Amino acid sequence: MTFSDWIAEPVNWVFAAIGLAVLFSGFRVVTSKNVVHAALYLVGALAGTAGLFLLMSAEFVAWVLVLVYIGAVIVLFLFGIMITRAPTGLDESLSSDQTAMPALLSAAVFVVMTWASIDAFGTELLATVGEATSTQVIGESLLGRFVIPFEVVSFVLLAALIGGITIARRDLTPVEEEERMSV
Amino acid sequence: MEFLIDLFDNFWVSLAGKLLLVATMIPLIGMVIGFAEMKLSAKMQARVGPYFAGGRWGWAQLIADGVKFFQKEDIVPDAADKPVFKSAPILVLVGTVALFVVIPFGPGLIFRDLSVGIFYALAISSLSTIGILMAGWSSANKYSLIGGLRAAGQLIAYELPLVLAVVGSVIMAGTMSMSGIVEAQINAGFPYVIVQFVGFAIFMVAALAELTRIPFDMPIAESELVMGYLTEYSGFRFLFFFLAEFANMFSMSAIAATLFLGGYWLPGIPEDLLSFVGPFILIGKVFLLAFLMIWFRWTFPRFREDQLQGIAWKWLIPLALANIAVTAILKVVL
Repeated sequence: MTFSDWIAEPVNWVFAAIGLAVLFSGFRVVTSKNVVHAALYLVGALAGTAGLFLLMSAEFVAWVLVLVYIGAVIVLFLFGIMITRAPTGLDESLSSDQTAMPALLSAAVFVVMTWASIDAFGTELLATVGEATSTQVIGESLLGRFVIPFEVVSFVLLAALIGGITIARRDLTPVEEEERMSV
Repeated sequence: MEFLIDLFDNFWVSLAGKLLLVATMIPLIGMVIGFAEMKLSAKMQARVGPYFAGGRWGWAQLIADGVKFFQKEDIVPDAADKPVFKSAPILVLVGTVALFVVIPFGPGLIFRDLSVGIFYALAISSLSTIGILMAGWSSANKYSLIGGLRAAGQLIAYELPLVLAVVGSVIMAGTMSMSGIVEAQINAGFPYVIVQFVGFAIFMVAALAELTRIPFDMPIAESELVMGYLTEYSGFRFLFFFLAEFANMFSMSAIAATLFLGGYWLPGIPEDLLSFVGPFILIGKVFLLAFLMIWFRWTFPRFREDQLQGIAWKWLIPLALANIAVTAILKVVL
């Protein structure tokens, strides 16, 4: 497929617009000099990603992304940032001189993932525009063909949850215990 | 007539028509519910309430308020983070307006019948949470920040029971499409509230908390936090929050009515009449639920912050999970 063929499809314009917006917000997440701004740019990047999923007719996945990442994860991020220290205005100490290695690492990840997806699928057409994948199909494959990975992932998440609670929780010393009982 | 049908078959024309409809409907609904709240609150407190504006019952009170808000100066605090401060009310209103897309007002009377309808509604309403946090932080005011934090903690805690409560209805209907759920209730011959009463009760409690209404109004508790995350807002930006609150009350009630009370359908009404009376039935149910919320406001005192978290995590979520398990088992067995 040549570039002029590609650009003739209106869907690809939308794809390009959303993709550029995601790239820009992703770039601003790491370069922004204000933590809250960085988190808000992450909202933009995730919303754009949800838009890309919508373009691929994966309606359910797109809204899962919005509900879980924007609605819960980012809200927790913002909550955590604000409850600790988040002044308005710019914080120069947030920028770092060490940009070369991270840039190299990101480029390497990009190359590996691009290579892997081209190697796996090539020019195969995976979804048709305008034909939403039904949630039923996703549900049946999650609890059918992919039931073992699905259960493994939920087990890992449960372990992470318990681990998180164990690390964050501090048992009271006997003195503190007594003080607490007396109140 | 032919010309009109052709005109509305055009995607952009019908989109513009729908946008216009929503743009007039939301302020109108906001005003009706807002006025009902003023008058009912007055009645419950043995006051008169709005009286002079408009001549009779003070019906034009909220129109006067709206005009007043537009005339006021748009004050942005000096230390505020200006772009975030200015865009927060817009984001809150967007999260509210987007909910109207999937509410079925009658058979076929829906802006877009998404196959993941109810899931979309729950996902898109979380945009408002981000807007509230942005408002709280960017005001550079400690009351705003505390209000924003309280709102975030509360909205996260109550989003879970809200999502889990609707699963019961979804399992019974076997679809997530909003109009599909109403049709399933028509075919079953009864509104789901009869068998899903637990789900309905959890949904209403969680919806009250999501709307930050009394008894869950700690984020804007006026005796502790001035007005929480709204403290620094004035003029039309405050109006945006105000409209979003009442429009949200409408859309939450409409979702509850659709999922549990049969939506635009009432037992005993012939199906070919539904296209005409459907919207009125739905709006009637919505006003019934809105009345319930206003009634709660003057009945219960405000919760404490730890009580609020306790109710969500220790009672509502386990109860909602048990409800899902029982519904799923009965669905398979029966």
